[in-house]
Amino acid sequence: MSVKAYQRKLDVENGRVDLSHGSGGRAMAQLISGIFHQAFGNEWLARCNDQSAFDVAAGRMVMTTDGYVVSPLFFPGGNIGSLAVHGTINDVVMAGARPLYLSASFIIEEGFRLSDLRTIAQSMGAAARGAGVYIITGDTKVVERGKADGLFISTTGIGVLADGLDLSADKARIGDRVLVSGSLGDHGVAIMSTRQHAALQIEIVSDSASLHNLVAVMMAAGGSGIRVMRDPTRGGLAAALNEIAHQSGLGFRLQEAAIPVKPAVAATCELLGLDPIHVANEGKLVAIVAPDTADAVLAAMKTHPLGCDAADIGEAVADDHKFVQMATSFGGGRIVDWLSGEQLPRIC
Amino acid sequence: MKYADEFRDKTIAQGLARAIGAEAGPRRTYRFMEFCGGHTHAISRYGLEDLLPANVRMIHGPGCPVCVLPASRIDMAIRLVERPEVTLCVYGDLMRVPGSQGQSLLRAKALGADIRMVYSTLDAIRLAEQVPSREVVFFAIGFETTTPPTAVMVRIADKKRLKGLSVFCNHVLTPSAMHSILENPNMRKIGGVAIDGFVGPAHVSTIIGTQPYEPLAEQFGKPVVIAGFEPLDVMQAILMLVRQVNEGRYEVENQYSRAVTSQGNPRAKNEISQVFELREQFEWRGLGLVPNSGLKLKRAYAGFDAEARFAMHELRVADNPACECCAILRGAKRPVDCKLFGTICTPETPIGSCMVSSEGACAAYWTYGRVRDDQVRRMS
Repeated sequence: MSVKAYQRKLDVENGRVDLSHGSGGRAMAQLISGIFHQAFGNEWLARCNDQSAFDVAAGRMVMTTDGYVVSPLFFPGGNIGSLAVHGTINDVVMAGARPLYLSASFIIEEGFRLSDLRTIAQSMGAAARGAGVYIITGDTKVVERGKADGLFISTTGIGVLADGLDLSADKARIGDRVLVSGSLGDHGVAIMSTRQHAALQIEIVSDSASLHNLVAVMMAAGGSGIRVMRDPTRGGLAAALNEIAHQSGLGFRLQEAAIPVKPAVAATCELLGLDPIHVANEGKLVAIVAPDTADAVLAAMKTHPLGCDAADIGEAVADDHKFVQMATSFGGGRIVDWLSGEQLPRIC
Repeated sequence: MKYADEFRDKTIAQGLARAIGAEAGPRRTYRFMEFCGGHTHAISRYGLEDLLPANVRMIHGPGCPVCVLPASRIDMAIRLVERPEVTLCVYGDLMRVPGSQGQSLLRAKALGADIRMVYSTLDAIRLAEQVPSREVVFFAIGFETTTPPTAVMVRIADKKRLKGLSVFCNHVLTPSAMHSILENPNMRKIGGVAIDGFVGPAHVSTIIGTQPYEPLAEQFGKPVVIAGFEPLDVMQAILMLVRQVNEGRYEVENQYSRAVTSQGNPRAKNEISQVFELREQFEWRGLGLVPNSGLKLKRAYAGFDAEARFAMHELRVADNPACECCAILRGAKRPVDCKLFGTICTPETPIGSCMVSSEGACAAYWTYGRVRDDQVRRMS
């Protein structure tokens, strides 16, 4: 017998999320099936359980979780959905792991456009498929207007590690090379350019991307010679290297002239009084690589589209202070510190 | 980057460094203060001090508008924004500046105060138009560079009859502060001023011109070289200062001739004088009360003066007695000589003016200069 499941079709084009969509009732089921199942479509979700069972591979697994609250939700080069998938996949692959599954939790503000939610969910589905990853479980909550900024997404990722791999930020050694996979600061500047008050007429697109394939290429070329990988998101390259320096108990020396930065990003940072090495990236990585394998890893990175601008920007050095130092293009030296507080533009 | 890279050329820098090294006499030291935070930033950001001979020392001045704003003015602003009808518009840097009890606008915002970060005075006008029921107050800070936009804002608000907009004015004047650095009642206590000359302001001088520094150079016998904010500008200005010192001259010279004239920008100066007048004195973090160093709104625009409109009481808050900003700003001490530096006073928890903004002397030293060992020299 065929029963019509829902009395009224979900009006995605004109509809808005209301509190009933988070109440656990029929409206919620309709939202999940009409938007999330459609966008993520896979065998696990199709079983409509509160959890998903999957086979466990031999060896070690990695797990990570991240919350996404980006404003604005849509920006040049992506949206909060693609970001929530790329970002968590990247955290998994920075361990050298192959990403497998994601969970996704949505906190939606009452009044949010269903059409926007669908666009975001579709971006998530596309980003996951592009990385061969499945979103196999999730959660939806709706909060009253004013209690959230449109939409927050949390994703958790699970991946599997090949035997013998143990990348960790405490494994950098003196003499190791510092490699970056491409130009720095693109994501942060793309976001800043869309914020209304900045009113910048620039064409910078976020670098938001999943780095699984680039990492696979690097691991094939460098193997255990790759000691540490980080995706320099918030706080930029400066924060990532300071963290590694502290965890490994050494310092870094960088060559400013070797650090790739796009001219438009450099110019925007100049205008706003920011430093590109403090600005967020969402599709870049920094790798600390043993000196004898660094050239091979760098060459491999350059063969991949996401690593074509990769560069060797410096080395790990003995330093009791655990400072990240940089020889400036001007011919002097400086310390590259963590950023204090929020990155606020200077005023004059 | 066009029009920027040309002023950051390593080869030209090395040439200037050689000239400074050759001309700076080895038997004496040269202590120059760069007044502006913009210069301090360039010096730190490009590692310029590594290119200077050991006997040429830079002293980081008070020229960062955020750093010199005293805790009392932050306290006043926080008290103001506790009024439910007030929306306070501030430049981003200001959010972290500590008040007298360690509170800040950032914390006040977290507690529910309506504080908006703006990028220009036009944002404040737009906001006042959008929410006519609110009292929108613009927290005006800065030297002569940021004063004309505030003046223009007041005049636009007047023309548009924007009743809901007002200004909490904290604009200050550069030459008065330079004067106060060279002549201060506490001078004996801090051991005198060890400054042989000034790298003069870049952007401020585009407005006021080179002329206002002339009485200062003459009275105190200190050379002033107005310089741009690019690292080569600063290098060239240092060379010009070394030459003046060597020749016993104390003139106002203009390295930044591509932007600065002797008379400055008459239109901007006119805007300022239309709207503002001198305060008898104004408090500076690190310098104390400085006569004739601050601006307030003229009586004709008193309706836009937040201090009058909300009967804001002037507060007086003593600086932390252990804070050495006063001596550091006069070159008598270095950041590491201060007991608070790096202990309770850090960029995350700033106490004195020199640590508040990244351009302050202590913050710049914390970020870029803590280890001026020869490691970095070796690699370049």
